[in-house]
Amino acid sequence: MGTGLKITQGTFSYLPDLSDDEIRAQIQYGIDNGWAVAIEYTDDPHPRNSYWDMWGMPMFDLEDAAGGMHEVTRCREAFPNQYIKVSLYNAKLTKQTIALQFIVQRPGHEPGFRLVRQEGADRQIRYTMEAYAAQKPHGDRYAD
Amino acid sequence: MAQGITPEKLISPPHQGTGMYKGGSNVDDRFGADKASEEFSEYTDPLREIPDDLEVDAQKLFADSKVKEVLEKLDSDLVALENVKERISEIAHLLLIDRLRRSIGLEAEPPTLHMSFTGNPGTGKTTVASRMGQILWKLGYIRKGHVVTASRDDLVGQYVGHTAPKTREVIKRAMGGVLFIDEAYNIYRLDNERDYGQETVEMLLEVMENDRQDLVVVMAGYRDKMDRFFSDVPGISSRIAHHVDFPDYSAPELLDIGRMMLDAQRYRFSSDAEQAFQDYLSLRLNRPHFANGRSVRNALDRARMRQAIRLYDSAESGRKLTKKDLVTIEADDILASRVFDDLHQTSESENNTGNGLAGTNVKSRKTAGSKGKK
Repeated sequence: MGTGLKITQGTFSYLPDLSDDEIRAQIQYGIDNGWAVAIEYTDDPHPRNSYWDMWGMPMFDLEDAAGGMHEVTRCREAFPNQYIKVSLYNAKLTKQTIALQFIVQRPGHEPGFRLVRQEGADRQIRYTMEAYAAQKPHGDRYAD
Repeated sequence: MAQGITPEKLISPPHQGTGMYKGGSNVDDRFGADKASEEFSEYTDPLREIPDDLEVDAQKLFADSKVKEVLEKLDSDLVALENVKERISEIAHLLLIDRLRRSIGLEAEPPTLHMSFTGNPGTGKTTVASRMGQILWKLGYIRKGHVVTASRDDLVGQYVGHTAPKTREVIKRAMGGVLFIDEAYNIYRLDNERDYGQETVEMLLEVMENDRQDLVVVMAGYRDKMDRFFSDVPGISSRIAHHVDFPDYSAPELLDIGRMMLDAQRYRFSSDAEQAFQDYLSLRLNRPHFANGRSVRNALDRARMRQAIRLYDSAESGRKLTKKDLVTIEADDILASRVFDDLHQTSESENNTGNGLAGTNVKSRKTAGSKGKK
């Protein structure tokens, strides 16, 4: 088996995975800025997969990061082998966008992507990629 | 205030200590103590391995913390409630010494601070609870210091599957602060087995046990009903470390409360009025539905209304009003209360039989009163 491919995305994609204390501090930073805390999960690692599943409702009225961590923990318990990310949403008029987003959990083994070549007319080749994990049906992926 | 032990009396180490406490000047910076304890992490058994004569800089910590300030403010803002103040002062000192211990690496479980406030209506349960957030925050026990007030409606759902998210929502919102559940006995209804309150109670129990460092739960309610609630749900009572009973106020204490309330609203009693209010209180105290501080507030609100009418009438009749008129509650404003009617009525009905109807009584005295003023 190959070494796999570690998926990175979001604000801290260039950093090693955040520890729980660091996650807590980031969530607190968001709350202090008045941003809403949302938790999302998925088992489809494709980079164009923007629509992850929501874990409960976004939390608009937290005072302390403990509430956000509480949900992160619950989501981890429910989906121990999926990707989980925390999004901090800035609802301010003229912003209304995700201000900060980072992965807080990844599956134990990430097998990576396969290059797919599609033969077209006139010897034309179209390239795309497919996650090895996505070859299995939704729900069976990353089940170690 | 109850004569609590002051920190200085409790420990008095030498002044030029090694200054082991590395915390910042802010009480909120509890992580300073944690950092310091890292220095001692090489000790596997701190109790034995840290030398007994290691000095701790208690003075600096005491000065940095706002314990004294908090307790003094509590004492000056709240009338009586000695046992409540005493309990809070005990908690404050425990938390302080706890931090001192942590600063040299003596780890201990953070104390459980869930509380229940029981007492009759108007004894100050809600007032104290809403201050608990600030107090515990200043003492560095909780990270935020906000108080989330919840009642049955906020916690218990209407249909299957509605309760857990609702309760969790409130709990998450309260994390880092205080969750105040007023009339907590309403959550659980023993007589209805299909009631969803049971689910809320179970979630609260779990949070009170597992998330102690994130959340302080304060439950309040009338004594008898809370006692029944605790006996119906035994797990709750044992998870609450501090059961505080709020005693009824005595008449002089109520007068103090009244004076403070007036002062806060920029009014004052005339000397006659103060005597009248004292009489009023001693009568009101024994009437049904007496609600301590709340009754005082209501009585004063009504006195203000009567004062307003009196001032309006006298201004209309051409008298010049001064600032003194605007801030002074006169004896008449209080003596017009219905509480005095009964007194009248009984004494009158003793003299002439059956003529002392309350309605006529009020009317006659009112006209008499306003005539007297004009």
